[in-house]
Amino acid sequence: MTEWTLSRALNQALRDALAEDERVLVFGEDVGVSGGVFRVTDGLQAAHGDRRVFDTPISESVIVGAAVGLAFAGWRPVVELQFDAFSYPAFEQVVDHVAKMRMRTRGRVDMPITIRIPSFGGIKGKEHHGESPEVYYAHTAGLKVVVPSSALDGYALLRHAIADPDPVVVLEPKARYWAKEAGELDADAPGIGSGRVLRDGDDVTLVAYGSMVARVAAAAEQLADVGVEARVVDLRSLSPLDDELLRRSAEETGRVVVVHEAPRHAGFGAEVAARTMELAFDSLAAPIARVTGWDTPYPPASLEDGYLPSVDRIVAVAKETVAY
Amino acid sequence: MAEPQPQPPAHWSGTEPRQIVAPDGSVVGPVPADLDVAALRQLYRWMVVARRLDRECIALQRQGELTVYPGHEGQEGAQVGSAWALGPNDFVWPTFRELPVALIRGVDPVQYLQYHRGTWHGGPYDPRATGFGPICIPIATQIAHAAGYALGRQLDGTEDVTIAYFGDGATSEGDFHEAANLAGVRRLPLVLFCQNNGWAISVPTASQTAGEIWRRADGYGFRGVRVDGNDVLAVFAVTREAVDRARAGEGPTLIEALTYRIGAHSTADDARRYRADPDVEAARAFDPIPRFRTWLAGAGHADDTFIADCDREAERFALTVREGVVATPPPPAEWGFDWVFADPPTTFERMRAEALG
Repeated sequence: MTEWTLSRALNQALRDALAEDERVLVFGEDVGVSGGVFRVTDGLQAAHGDRRVFDTPISESVIVGAAVGLAFAGWRPVVELQFDAFSYPAFEQVVDHVAKMRMRTRGRVDMPITIRIPSFGGIKGKEHHGESPEVYYAHTAGLKVVVPSSALDGYALLRHAIADPDPVVVLEPKARYWAKEAGELDADAPGIGSGRVLRDGDDVTLVAYGSMVARVAAAAEQLADVGVEARVVDLRSLSPLDDELLRRSAEETGRVVVVHEAPRHAGFGAEVAARTMELAFDSLAAPIARVTGWDTPYPPASLEDGYLPSVDRIVAVAKETVAY
Repeated sequence: MAEPQPQPPAHWSGTEPRQIVAPDGSVVGPVPADLDVAALRQLYRWMVVARRLDRECIALQRQGELTVYPGHEGQEGAQVGSAWALGPNDFVWPTFRELPVALIRGVDPVQYLQYHRGTWHGGPYDPRATGFGPICIPIATQIAHAAGYALGRQLDGTEDVTIAYFGDGATSEGDFHEAANLAGVRRLPLVLFCQNNGWAISVPTASQTAGEIWRRADGYGFRGVRVDGNDVLAVFAVTREAVDRARAGEGPTLIEALTYRIGAHSTADDARRYRADPDVEAARAFDPIPRFRTWLAGAGHADDTFIADCDREAERFALTVREGVVATPPPPAEWGFDWVFADPPTTFERMRAEALG
């Protein structure tokens, strides 16, 4: 069985998509000869040529804006915006055009655009390199937003994103790029809109996505040691949201804790909590709890550990929720 | 004593623009050889038709048949001349003020005006069939789309040319810079067509930028041209040159067409709050239509009958468009959901059912 890092699996997803569909283009900053700052595009230019894999100027807005024009010209662009906070210059293009263009043309022009954004913190990064932009995109109608949590998952989600006829934002957890997972890559694994249960349990559901999935899984291990059986739900897809999985998990465990790195206020946990309540209020035995980053700007590297939800915080809140 | 010559608008100062027909109708440059008499008459006809339709649209807005409408009076020369220089497979990325260009591209004006009627965003016409992209309001963003489209056609090995329209105000936006820079780096088959009409809503060009817009091209490593935007022949000539160069793989051109926005920014704007009526009246002396008519008649290409026929046709056309606009119903509610996704998620379909019952 092959062992994959997330970075390598994403690279393979791009490689396979380029090989299977000659209309796929990969472009962005440093994605060519360099192979990307996280090595995700390593070797793609050598394999597929600089016509289909190429560097752009440092111009995030025109990277995304050009993708819109390329889609009109019948191409299937996959763009990389190098870091979470550097996706903001392209925000106008994403919200005003990528998300709306299909409707604006009454369905005459599809926007099969994939926007890859290395995201979130946990790597002791510099300022503006640890942000959680998921809610900006998840709140925008017309976009699909996915967050892989592991290598095999990353391969499947990126393949689905590229194949999707609609625009998909793929938020890749930087902290998991080098995490390994053994198994076979599968482009037909469940796709956009499907969450997954990584560990079953009856006492409480821990909901997470991206880099927090591993922490939640570690928390579930600790909880098991004290006799609490936690179910671990990896959302994978924030838009659309697998609310059927949320409903079922709430009904079966009666208690839900949602975990994310982003600040709590108006964070994605609010949507998870509201949706779960709408669908399964009568099954809930405790208030839905949130374990999140604080409502502060993402802190310097030396304060990072106190900002991100730790396994200890997750365990503590899960225990409180179970004891409620 | 000779009448004092009217002074051109302030933003026309500096480098002399390319000109073929002077404001008094005299010829000061070579008439493009690729325009036969029929084409010359068409240029005049389209300007007249577009001007008359513009007035009809303003009336339609006042009567509540359109929501907000951005007029193009005074800019017909810049738009008709440049649009006429394009080939059938070329592609236009417009702002929200390019109705004359849309007409020449064959866009159905009733469909176009659904945008301003508030019955559809973007434009219900087929952008690919007409080579005319969706109406674009976020300033300069369409220039980025144009760069991408040009790149796409270049990657496909075609000779198709892309043109982006924008105003003087758009050159202050990052997207103008980012798109122009990319166009230079990749030598895209792209024409950047700036209609410098002197005003970005209420802000004059002098408060928008300290330099001459066409000169920016030098910084991006391609050709820039300044043209009298109210001289339809000169606009045609410089655009055709730019298109031919782009088609031949010689890269982008930035064209600064000096024109003047005679009307307000839109029907929601009162231009008297920020500019003096005499300035606007002075600008009328540079109107593209009478100038070209004088030359056309003097050259023996148009007589009174042709001119009267154009007016009559413009009248008929405007009234036909009016009838079509007024007859356009609001779209059914399901259209608010129908084209959001090519592959609509289940949760989205559930909300559609909730909304539509």
